[in-house]
Amino acid sequence: MNRIKIPVGPQHPALKEPANFQLVLEGEKIYEASVRLGYNHRGIEKACEQRSYIQDIYLVERVCGICSHSHSTAFVQAVEEIAGLQIPPRAAYIRTLIGELERIHSHLLWLGVAGHEVGFDTLLMYTWRDREIVMDLLAELTGNRVNYGINTIGGVRRDVSPEQLADISKGIDALEERTKYYIQVATEEATLIARLSKVGFLSHTDALKLGAVGPTARACGVDRDMRRDDPYAAYADLDFKVIVDNHSDVYGRTLVRAGELMQTYGMVRQLVKKMPAGEITVRAPRKIPAGEAFSRYEAPRGEDVHYVQANGSEKPERVKIRAPTLANLSAVSKMLEDNYLADAPIVIAAIDPCFSCTDRALAIKDAQKGAHGAMEWGNLREYGIEWHRQRGIDFSDLNKRFAKLMEKN
Amino acid sequence: MKEEEISSQLAAQFPFLAGQVRIQRARRLWVEVSSDNFMDVLTCLAGKMGFSILCTITGLDAGDSFAFIYHLSREDGTVLNLKTKILKTGGQWKSIGKLFPGGIFYEREIADLLGVKFEDLPPGARYPLPDNWPQGQYPLRKDWQALSGSAPEKREAP
Repeated sequence: MNRIKIPVGPQHPALKEPANFQLVLEGEKIYEASVRLGYNHRGIEKACEQRSYIQDIYLVERVCGICSHSHSTAFVQAVEEIAGLQIPPRAAYIRTLIGELERIHSHLLWLGVAGHEVGFDTLLMYTWRDREIVMDLLAELTGNRVNYGINTIGGVRRDVSPEQLADISKGIDALEERTKYYIQVATEEATLIARLSKVGFLSHTDALKLGAVGPTARACGVDRDMRRDDPYAAYADLDFKVIVDNHSDVYGRTLVRAGELMQTYGMVRQLVKKMPAGEITVRAPRKIPAGEAFSRYEAPRGEDVHYVQANGSEKPERVKIRAPTLANLSAVSKMLEDNYLADAPIVIAAIDPCFSCTDRALAIKDAQKGAHGAMEWGNLREYGIEWHRQRGIDFSDLNKRFAKLMEKN
Repeated sequence: MKEEEISSQLAAQFPFLAGQVRIQRARRLWVEVSSDNFMDVLTCLAGKMGFSILCTITGLDAGDSFAFIYHLSREDGTVLNLKTKILKTGGQWKSIGKLFPGGIFYEREIADLLGVKFEDLPPGARYPLPDNWPQGQYPLRKDWQALSGSAPEKREAP
């Protein structure tokens, strides 16, 4: 049979973020797949070297829009290790609390996306509605729905009040009720089971060999979780189970994430109950002494690692970030092999890919002028309008007519 | 203590590493080896000693040389950071794709951002810079400035 090569992406309706997959097809089946990434590369690692440690916290937080707290925690943990800082117990608990609430919103988001990719949009509507509960809690605790800005070197920036803790307990009760229902759907709904089973299979051996992480690996029977294996923040004080499944397919990955949600509710309850009193920060020096540290964090998508090298000044010498999606990508090519083309969206979505995380990083380029330089928002907007106008798409007239219409009314 | 056990095990395997292992804290070990001994030490760590997980590879611009840190982990969460250096004029460095197939992306990233050439890196798309990135521009080198160099050539959409 003739083989046909199909490019999917970087801009494609089935992908939520830019990535390019070259799929070699034999009939309807994928014979071979390769990935091209980098469309979201923003130069964050280089930018970190040119900014102070405090500025870098906010920069690395913007590596990802979903697991922002994962990156800022991994970064501050490394800096604190170099500076020899011991954060107060209350700060460790608050960090963990935000981290687990973030996991809830991330896993619920994934469940919705997965539902959408297999044509089960009711699940998308349900989970994303319920996700608002945890988004509201995060907004109440930190002031933001994402990019919480809670971490600082030596602790956290905001305390939690007893009323907020009570709100968390109420929200968690509601979410647990809903998640029980989703688990019932996932384990009893025959069409969903049939749609997800044996799709995107990755053997245990391949998961180990290709270095898969997080729920992707745990659904292949790899019993690994940084929260238990390399405990940080307050995880050593918590009692929880690592969810492992042996289905090794998209169905297994769904069960692992649903199971993890239930564990997370338990963890949040323990954190609320045991929240120690006391300070939330220790004083951190502006200049960090020379040294290096390697920090690991179990992000919703898997192990997130940061390496920081300090040179004694107020700016780091080097910051290296490896987000979980990059570790999972080698496995994606393997998972796609021998699957139907129509399964590609859910197979890719099943690792919960986050290409912004993966690509990270600086130069905004003005190709026409041949110079680099940051663009102001207004300039960028004008540039976009001009770009489209040159290609025959002009809304300025429409905007004027719309303004006139509004005046009349 | 398991960290000290690992340290003495390594020293028993490789006498030149006696007293060279730095234990920074629980579950964090650091060791530097010469580029000639690197492959032997890595193979031993990844095989016999159970450091079978490659978390990532960090590439560093260390003046006249490149430094690489291989962050290796065991199933119990212990991390050994294996560091080595090559001269910038020395040319090529070895790919560890055979031992860790998942490490190829990390090597491509170092190749793109630092300009290190890897032997036996399988053919494939570059990562993460765009295809029309100007040649000889390596953003993570210390002497690289965002304002230097020419803009990428303009290409029409296919």
